[in-house]
Amino acid sequence: MHLFTSTVGRKILMAVTGLLLVGFITIHLIGNLTIFAGNEAINIYAAGLHSMPPVVWIFRLVILVLFAIHITFGIQLTVENSAATPEQYAIQVTQKTTFAAKSMIYTGLIILAFILYHLLHFTMHVVHTDAIEPYNQLVNGRHNVFGMVGTSFQSAFITIAYAIAIIALAFHLTHGLQSFIQTLGWSNGPSQDKVSAIGKLVAIAYGVLYVAIPLAFLFHILKV
Amino acid sequence: MNLTLHVWRQKGPQVKGKLETYQAKNISEDQSFLEMLDDVNEDLIKAGKDPIAFDHDCREGICGMCSQVINGKAHGGDERTTVCQLHMRRFNDGDDIVIEPWRAKAFPVQKDLIVDRAALDVIMQAGGYTSCHTGGVADGNALLIPKPTADYAMDAAECIGCGACVASCPNSSAMLFTSAKVAQLAALPQGKAEAKDRVRNMTQALLDEGFGNCTNHYECQDACPKGISVKFIAKLNREYLKTVAK
Ligand code: FES
Repeated sequence: MHLFTSTVGRKILMAVTGLLLVGFITIHLIGNLTIFAGNEAINIYAAGLHSMPPVVWIFRLVILVLFAIHITFGIQLTVENSAATPEQYAIQVTQKTTFAAKSMIYTGLIILAFILYHLLHFTMHVVHTDAIEPYNQLVNGRHNVFGMVGTSFQSAFITIAYAIAIIALAFHLTHGLQSFIQTLGWSNGPSQDKVSAIGKLVAIAYGVLYVAIPLAFLFHILKV
Repeated sequence: MNLTLHVWRQKGPQVKGKLETYQAKNISEDQSFLEMLDDVNEDLIKAGKDPIAFDHDCREGICGMCSQVINGKAHGGDERTTVCQLHMRRFNDGDDIVIEPWRAKAFPVQKDLIVDRAALDVIMQAGGYTSCHTGGVADGNALLIPKPTADYAMDAAECIGCGACVASCPNSSAMLFTSAKVAQLAALPQGKAEAKDRVRNMTQALLDEGFGNCTNHYECQDACPKGISVKFIAKLNREYLKTVAK
């Protein structure tokens, strides 16, 4: 298929899967933020989710496919692009590009590593087994997700690991969001800078909202 | 003014090159950058040394031959300025200037600052034209094209094929060049008939020639001596999407 081999086709696949993944992190974020709605809210939310295994699994499968496409082509394009520039300039001064744009592969890989760690931590309960202990103590007949999350983020190490990943995500989005608009051909000359600025704001918003949760526990704004 | 130049010297395509240092003495600020290099070369010739090989032709900013990265910026980095139009008044006495050739796999260095930009021609041959019978001369206004459309196509057609977009791109992509051609022809009635094949074939040629993929750094737009906008890349993407939707 042309879409999977051509230069613009793969660019479009990166953009579309990227945006759908932003959709995923949006839903995930909304779910997470229920943690601020009292000690029970996130437990109810989690119990609700887990009462519909087919929905959860279909959702997980879709996300997996999206990630697979986004990561495969991301790496493939990066490899091709560095092969296209075998010799570096003695001096190279960039005029327009950003740190975020240049570090997409690195922020992407940090996010990938984080996702694996995050799954091992909160989904599979393989790492930080002490911190996830509260999960197994039922509160009103429901798993105590609030307690698990809260206990985890009392550890500075875990909080820092999460914060690093969220910063990487914010940078990734800074370039990704405006890139999406350009790739689908929706930008014209004058709109370019505005789209970039809005993309930056949205990326920062995601970063702040996500990082608010671990920090809230670390600084005892939320208490287990 | 007196300047210290650090110039990329490379004897041939297969030989390893390196930066060498030269002194440019008594340079007038009214000289162009290429005229400054001419002076340096005369000194080199008098000293029995091999002059610095560099490309140039028109020396008036329209042919796109003068391909040099000066202090890390294609064409020296002045807005809408080719190397031949860059003047020494932009530099100060005692400055160090680093001069390198375009660097990209698709632009192999031939000698010193001269690279082979034929890969851009290959992209053009893949679809940068319309196939039509030329016949007799058509009446001036037989084909009606609105002024904004004509202007848009003209803006895209300003591209002189110098390759600064590739030289400045962190991915060495020729997407700005390709998009200028695709957008120019896609905007006009003459180009519509072959629009789908054109965008596919030209972008394929871009990959085949060893250029990188565009990842929206937008360096090209700032480096372009003709101010070609990345809006034409957005246009190329739209043209490509049409071929997917069919
Ligand atoms: S020599 Fe023709 S553009 Fe510079």
